[in-house]
Amino acid sequence: MQLVLEKRAERSNTIALVSPLIAIGLTIATMSVLFAILGKNPIVALGVYFIDPLADSYSLQEIAVKATPLVMIAIGLSFCYLANAWNIGAEGQFLIGAVAGSWLAVKTHGTDAGLWVLPAMLLLGAIGGALYALIPAICKVRFGASEILTSLMLVYVADLLLDYLVRGPWRDPKGFNFPTTAEFDPVATVPILIEGGRLHLGAVITLLVVVAGAVLLGKTIMGFEIRVVGAAPRAARFGGFNSNRLILLTFAISGALAGMAGIIEVAGPIGHLQPGISPGYGFTAIIVAFLGRLNPAGILIAGLFLALTFIGGEQAQIAMKIPLDVTKVFQGILLFYVLACDSLILYRFRLVSSSPKVSRGVA
Amino acid sequence: MGLLEAIILAVLAASTPLLLAATGELVTERAGVLNLGVEGMMIVGAACGFAGAWLTGSVIVGAICGMLAGVVLSLVFALMTLALAVNQVAAGLALTILGTGVSGLIGSRFVGEKITTAPKLYIPGLTDIPFAGRILFGQDAFVYLSLALIIGASWFLYRTRGGLILRAVGDNHASAHALGYPVLRIRMFAVMFGGACAGLAGAYLPLAYTPFFIPGMTAGRGWIALALVVFSSWLPGRLVIGAYLFGAVTILQLHAQGAGLGIPSQFMTALPYLATVIVLVLISRARTGGSTAPAALGTVFVPDR
Amino acid sequence: MLFGPKSGAAPLLQTVGLTKRYGAFLANDCIDIEIWPRQIHALLGENGAGKSTLVKAIYGLIQPSEGEMRWQGEKMVLSGPSDARARGIGMVFQHFSLFDNLTVAENVALGLDGQQSFKDISARLEEVSNVYGLPLDPRRDVWQLSVGERQRIEIVRALMQDPKFLILDEPTAVLTPQEADQLFIVLERLKAEGRAILYISHKLEEVKRLCDIATILRGGKKVSACNPRAETAASLARMMVGTEIREVKAAAGRQTTVPRLVVNDLSLEPDDPHGVHLKHISLELKGGEILGIAGVAGNGQDELFAALSGERLAQDPGTVVIDGTAAGHLSITQRRRLGAAFVPEERLGHGTAPRMKLSENALLTGHAASGMVHRGFIKLAAMLSTVDRATKAFDVRKAKRDPEAASLSGGNLQKFIVGREILRNPAVLVVSQPTWGVDAGAATVIRQALLDLAARGAAVLVTSQDLDELAEITDRIAVMFHGRLSAPLPTAQATREQLGLLMGGSALEEKEAPHAVSA
Repeated sequence: MQLVLEKRAERSNTIALVSPLIAIGLTIATMSVLFAILGKNPIVALGVYFIDPLADSYSLQEIAVKATPLVMIAIGLSFCYLANAWNIGAEGQFLIGAVAGSWLAVKTHGTDAGLWVLPAMLLLGAIGGALYALIPAICKVRFGASEILTSLMLVYVADLLLDYLVRGPWRDPKGFNFPTTAEFDPVATVPILIEGGRLHLGAVITLLVVVAGAVLLGKTIMGFEIRVVGAAPRAARFGGFNSNRLILLTFAISGALAGMAGIIEVAGPIGHLQPGISPGYGFTAIIVAFLGRLNPAGILIAGLFLALTFIGGEQAQIAMKIPLDVTKVFQGILLFYVLACDSLILYRFRLVSSSPKVSRGVA
Repeated sequence: MGLLEAIILAVLAASTPLLLAATGELVTERAGVLNLGVEGMMIVGAACGFAGAWLTGSVIVGAICGMLAGVVLSLVFALMTLALAVNQVAAGLALTILGTGVSGLIGSRFVGEKITTAPKLYIPGLTDIPFAGRILFGQDAFVYLSLALIIGASWFLYRTRGGLILRAVGDNHASAHALGYPVLRIRMFAVMFGGACAGLAGAYLPLAYTPFFIPGMTAGRGWIALALVVFSSWLPGRLVIGAYLFGAVTILQLHAQGAGLGIPSQFMTALPYLATVIVLVLISRARTGGSTAPAALGTVFVPDR
Repeated sequence: MLFGPKSGAAPLLQTVGLTKRYGAFLANDCIDIEIWPRQIHALLGENGAGKSTLVKAIYGLIQPSEGEMRWQGEKMVLSGPSDARARGIGMVFQHFSLFDNLTVAENVALGLDGQQSFKDISARLEEVSNVYGLPLDPRRDVWQLSVGERQRIEIVRALMQDPKFLILDEPTAVLTPQEADQLFIVLERLKAEGRAILYISHKLEEVKRLCDIATILRGGKKVSACNPRAETAASLARMMVGTEIREVKAAAGRQTTVPRLVVNDLSLEPDDPHGVHLKHISLELKGGEILGIAGVAGNGQDELFAALSGERLAQDPGTVVIDGTAAGHLSITQRRRLGAAFVPEERLGHGTAPRMKLSENALLTGHAASGMVHRGFIKLAAMLSTVDRATKAFDVRKAKRDPEAASLSGGNLQKFIVGREILRNPAVLVVSQPTWGVDAGAATVIRQALLDLAARGAAVLVTSQDLDELAEITDRIAVMFHGRLSAPLPTAQATREQLGLLMGGSALEEKEAPHAVSA
């Protein structure tokens, strides 16, 4: 038996909608096997992962808090990937955004600065992230250097820069030598939406980003440019669209969104700058972008789903001693299944036996 | 032992995993497949390599476990990109994400454990020669193996019919298919070779470089290996030079940190990553216009039947 | 057995009820064909008639769904091309099966089976080259070679296996008339040596001259087997197309007006190392006029198209003048706003984004000037209306109102693309290979549209490798060779020989009488 791909005459819209669901189903099936191998009851484990976090308001808020950076970063990444510009350094742009915004928080710490501080921090975060993302973009456009490798290398550099700052010049003198800045002032902190809760203004900003992303992609000529440059570069050039300009543009947008997500995370849930502010948001956002089919509405749903796995993973570690790495394995497997199922949109899979006559379709 | 001798020995050790992983990726890319999952295959190779060696007490078993782990992951990648026509860039990223998780899952129980690393060669007389003796005749088997591999790969690519076919597949898969070559099967073997090399490169870290396993111990070496392949212009000879240059950068920054020049250690640690970016820019700039990348690199091939 | 030798011997190759199905689509429907030694057998048919599918099955590249093949009377199941080669079947592909970045010798070695030393291969290569008068330098990289030389590699490679049966897929499509004549000499000789040849072509005069028997396919079915020498080109064409072919009619008394497209001494370095350097190109095209550019593929036509369209910019604005405005430095969008329109050779991936809808592909070139964009927002209604108008005016057949470009047949997509541009009523239309791989019906519609556009006062520049097409619709013809453009000849006075010599580059170097150069 042999697996054969047949090109569809036209992309299948039904499968485009169903494929993420198939992928999630396959992932959950695979995870059940993994749980069984780890000696855990798969049904109980899946319950802890996917059902329990939905049961109480604290966890629900926590999911929204985790989804906020994921969705915001993934929207930007989706622009890049649609334009065939491979920014995989969002993690670094997230960190630099956090650093750039924190600079203002550190400088104004203890002064009587006004309410302008937080907006200025968000702006700085976005600018910092965008400029950092422009480094690989310019290297690509100007010199032809692979943006995949350069953007990824700069993640390590950003990580080390943040480490240096919080251990060196920005360290809180009263912080018992811990590598952290002082706790941000109230004017430098993202306000909480519900008194006593965790949900913060960043979630609202993210929703606005989702709407803006949807309008940009679907209704504007710029969105069309982004899509056509990625889908058919030569046709795009024939249409008069400059792919270099779009590489710069999409990198800048995604860097800005990642940077803003970074400063919101630091000025919101964390409250100060320290190493390890991201559990890999910039990388997980890659999965969110693909699971959401590079479509803003899909990304919103996908972001909430992956946030659920973060929370579920933490609870499973506490309740069932399931290692946190299982969450990463889960995310990796999910991305594989998502990509495989996406192939179904363009191709029909057939199993063909070695003799030429018998063939049957499976999808 | 003089400082220079110590530095050269350290450079050889630091370069070996880069050379191993890059050799595999070079062959893979020559067949037209871009596997960005080297980092993922390496980190799983490190975990499995350590596990194998710790459980059996044998470095050789550990090395084989590391290779097998790399091959298994590379087969997942091959299934995705070759059989299911998935975008190679995205699948490579998925492989790295998956590899990071799997490595943590396997390796976490070994954190804090220690093993005896691979022995160094000792030939009485030869190894005792001052300066050159230890460098030429006093290495562990991985160092010699990595050199043998790149020489073998070079011989295969340019001196054998199999190598010619592999390069042809990487140049134009449609032509190769029209002549009757099994494009996808050839690519699968190339990807598996890449996986074995990356797994071995990962296993080298806990088996020879440091005697223990820590999560994330590959620290981007897989990505640097990818950059090295670009740096080499897909030529084996230049790959060796590139790997040793990068090993040298790594070691020199460590020595500079030790020497206490007053530069924050984080900046020195960032040096190999920054060097990668700079090298990529310089090399790509020198090539503007002409590219020596295999013509079919990264493209999807779906044969009609 | 109608045309075969009278003896009771079995044919060299026979297909019986050969059928190939792709899903519900029948690419080959129950095809019977017989190949005999010492015969040149023509396989005729329009694009999509099933010729390529049939030869792929015979060469072992695809497995037939039903039916069987017999080789010298025995049932034959091929496991792959090497199996076919081992039996003595050779193939010369239309789009070549070569590797650009490998040497000629390496390319030849890849086409041969079994372990042979490089030395032996080089020696054999030289021997076969000499015997058939097909010179090749084994050490050169393929990308440096001309199209004719590349074809030579394919032919020599096939001959080195001493095939009993050789398949050639559209071999003359890329050759000058003189190069084609050389090829025919080789083919006649192969025939005399007792080999069988399957010759795929749609050039009917050529088939009449060369072939002993013709099998005609239409819509995947065999519609006829005949002696082409006993037919006329028109009767062969009728069998291929199935209906009478409409002639295109030029409007009587077409007036030429002012120059609308002028190129002044345009020189441009290639941006890709395998490209062609454009050298000192000048031309002047008046309104109401159609200028043809002939030439073998790869002589700078693509580069000229890019320079005229603005996909590549010239240093000096004055090198390209559109309707009186110096435009060499302007982008393709700005040139469109000046009233220029462009139709590239490649339909999928250049003229359209294959996986995008027709409406989006209307926006692709229409965003510059057609009211489809307002303050950065796109207007779907305007895009769809362009699709509908092009559909109506050019009879574009499609399954639904707004399908993906890739789902249309070649002819229908080309009609959409040409329609999309012509509906904008351009002052200048630059079109490359307007009917390449298009069915006869669509080709007629497109050629007529080009003539009508010129009649309305536009300047039309047509690049084509098909001399018949240029003869049919152009007023003047210039020839491209090695990045240079010859002075145009009035179409009515240009002979095939003259053009062929220009395409081969011989008459351009020495401006004397063409007859001095032997064909």
